[in-house]
Amino acid sequence: MTLIDLANPTRFLSLTARLLPWLAAATAVLLAIGLYQSAMAPDDYQQGATVKIMFIHVPNAWLSMFVWGVMSLASLGTLVWRHPLADVAAKAAAPLGASFTFLALVTGSLWGRPMWGTYWEWDARLTSVLILFLMYLGLIALWRAVEDPSRAARAAAVLTLVGAINLPIIKFSVDWWNTLHQPASVLRMGGPSLDRAFLIPLLVMAVAFSLLFVTLHLAAMRNEILRRRVRSLQMMQAGRRSA
Amino acid sequence: MSLGPYAPFIVASYGLATAVVAILIGWIAIDYRRQKQRLRELDAAGLVRRSGRSAVDFK
Repeated sequence: MTLIDLANPTRFLSLTARLLPWLAAATAVLLAIGLYQSAMAPDDYQQGATVKIMFIHVPNAWLSMFVWGVMSLASLGTLVWRHPLADVAAKAAAPLGASFTFLALVTGSLWGRPMWGTYWEWDARLTSVLILFLMYLGLIALWRAVEDPSRAARAAAVLTLVGAINLPIIKFSVDWWNTLHQPASVLRMGGPSLDRAFLIPLLVMAVAFSLLFVTLHLAAMRNEILRRRVRSLQMMQAGRRSA
Repeated sequence: MSLGPYAPFIVASYGLATAVVAILIGWIAIDYRRQKQRLRELDAAGLVRRSGRSAVDFK
């Protein structure tokens, strides 16, 4: 099956129906393994047990940027290739991205209080992620404000692509500016600086959360396709009544 | 497993993540039911998709 085949929403729904149970099961198993490994991970010699917050915070922080990246690709699909499912994918991803960003911000704050002595600091990393969260909320508001899905899709696609400028700013903020946030310790030149005892549970949790996103995204896309089907049938019904 | 003096911060982080994921799953499941219900109602009103397929053909 190619990307062109998936342009047909009915085929997409059929594929989703077959995939979702397997994806949900794989997500549940990986999350269970990741949570067990996180619980069993040793305390850090400096941070103590608060290092366990990392296993929740970092996957959500990665996903907050990854989901915007997915939405940016989908926006290109809307504006350039006019793929029928591209704006469905972008719209369905926004609430998920907002939730992951919210979790990254709050768990980071809960980690920061015992380690830095403060819940919040207006430094480059924290502020740029807060801006990302506000951009997610803005996109969700835009989708809700414009009734015609195709008009909303084009406006949202432009906004998403403009907002993608924030992604490298978030990633490199810890290198470009003097921030309270620690520099990258996994995705860095020279390989991860984390000990295996922390790296393995972190990677398992990252894969588990990524699978969670794929599962929820496909389910949310299915809902959006059905919502548009409802809308077009309701318009047909209104047309019949007025005729 | 001892979480030490910062246990409330660790428990709050995991608890909040669990709550947000549960809300997302619940919201998507409820939305799916709602859309299927609307399609059933439209099907009962005699509406058929432009392709000629039934409104309740979900797959």
